[in-house]
Amino acid sequence: MPIWNREAECAAPAARQKLQLERLQKAVERVYSRVPFYRQKLDQAGVTPDSISSLKDVAKLPFTTKYELRETYPYGLLACDRSELVEIHTSSGTTGTPVVGAYTEADIDMWSEVMARTLSMAGCEKGDTVQNGYGYGLFTGGLGVHYGARRIGANIIPISAGNTRRQLMIMRDFGTTLLTCTPSYSLFLAEAALEEGIDFRELPLKAGCFGAEPWSENMRIEIESKLNINAHDIYGLTELIGPGVAAECECKDGLHFNEDYFYPEIINPETGEVLADGEKGELIITSLEREGSPLLRYRTRDITFLMREPCSCGRTSVRIHRLLGRTDDMMIIRGVNCFPSQIENVLMRIEGTQPHYQIVIDRGATHLDEIEIQVEVEEALFSDVTRAMEQLRKRIHDELKSELGISAHIKLVEPRTIARSEGKAQRIIDKRSL
Amino acid sequence: MIIKQISIFMENTSGRLADVTALLARAGINLRAISIADTTDFGILRMVADQPDEAVKLLRESGFTARETDVIGVEVPDHPGELARIMALFRDEGVSIEYLYASLEHKVDKAVIVIKVDDISAGLAMLEKHGFATIPSF
Ligand SMILES: [Zn+2]
Repeated sequence: MPIWNREAECAAPAARQKLQLERLQKAVERVYSRVPFYRQKLDQAGVTPDSISSLKDVAKLPFTTKYELRETYPYGLLACDRSELVEIHTSSGTTGTPVVGAYTEADIDMWSEVMARTLSMAGCEKGDTVQNGYGYGLFTGGLGVHYGARRIGANIIPISAGNTRRQLMIMRDFGTTLLTCTPSYSLFLAEAALEEGIDFRELPLKAGCFGAEPWSENMRIEIESKLNINAHDIYGLTELIGPGVAAECECKDGLHFNEDYFYPEIINPETGEVLADGEKGELIITSLEREGSPLLRYRTRDITFLMREPCSCGRTSVRIHRLLGRTDDMMIIRGVNCFPSQIENVLMRIEGTQPHYQIVIDRGATHLDEIEIQVEVEEALFSDVTRAMEQLRKRIHDELKSELGISAHIKLVEPRTIARSEGKAQRIIDKRSL
Repeated sequence: MIIKQISIFMENTSGRLADVTALLARAGINLRAISIADTTDFGILRMVADQPDEAVKLLRESGFTARETDVIGVEVPDHPGELARIMALFRDEGVSIEYLYASLEHKVDKAVIVIKVDDISAGLAMLEKHGFATIPSF
């Protein structure tokens, strides 16, 4: 597999750390001198740019939250003159005010670099045809992939999201070799292809970069077999740049973090304390080279851990584990941290499909946390033999117990009995009065 | 002969059985035999109807998890010892029964037993060999 920037991606850790420290010092200096919001925050924390003399000093810096990004909408965090801006993106803003990303020419240049690295990890080279099924527009997915593919010199089909039949027709007729879209859309395409009589084994499609929504290892297996490709997980967020923050190489064992541009830390989301490599917690990112919208210690709310062991691809960058969940939906049951994604994995493993489910947490008469998992019985799970249904229930129970260490009551329920809001099921109902 | 049984997943909440039977009644589907297996949380409703394909389609459209299952319907003379004779046969020939139930209809001198076995072709062959009449529908 190609490595886009061997010098940066395979750098000796000491050399990279030196570069990171230089860039961190400049980044703090930049926001301190140019962004009143950050000057005030740093003053309150008793930190000046001179306080940063080693990478460890990053922990002295205050966190930045999504709430603060909304409060400063639209230009409150801008760290350059408006005349230097060449592009604006915003997050979808499902809960009110959107989050803004402002890009200078240098920001777009850096974005192209990190996305070229990302696509190369999936095997993209000049001569490849990239079907870009991410939405073009304010959403960062479409243009992020576009810039990376341009940098590589690949042939881009900027088809954007939706219009499934046309996606399939173009994929077949133009010989797409690399697909970029959300993981769920790739499975949607696979199903539609079946109806259209298109066989993925006869197409030159070899790989896909999937992100912008959480997905599981089981879903990867499903995508890879249905589309006959290698499926790579990519990670990014509008607040930092869009896609291009981290991505999986061919080893698919964690996502290589572009840490020369984005400095990662893992913290305990409740105390803010920095955790060691390998410990699960909230991912915190500081941008090291952004000019338009730099951020100090941004709280992503994504749960993962850092993997610093060497990767056999040759890259030396730290990796993050595939996302384990969000701090918003982390559950603490009898003192054990767990995430809906772990429950989803178990359910996927059992029947190869993900049934609708709901987690109900309550305190019983014993005052201990009790967890009930309601699973909708779709046809794939249904048997006319009672014993088979009881075995299904026991299997879910036992596998959850080995995965989470928690004994849950499994309740099989009829389809469509779990309430959905806007098509999405509410996953967790916490009845504990804490 | 194979009978298409309709199997439905149901939660043990009051009124679900009324919902199912009312739905089928409105569509003019006639039930021949019915049985419920229940556990603490859920039940499985099994029935034989005169239009199984239509019944399953209707149930699915109404949001039920339903499917057709192959079962054997065997006609037996309605007097003591007949069921025991069939059961002995299954035991002696080593054909496992998953479950069974009897028809709702009262036919003169005859009863219909609905039997789900793990190996349906072996079950059918065995019954035919011993002179029992298996029926395609009733
Ligand atoms: Zn690697």
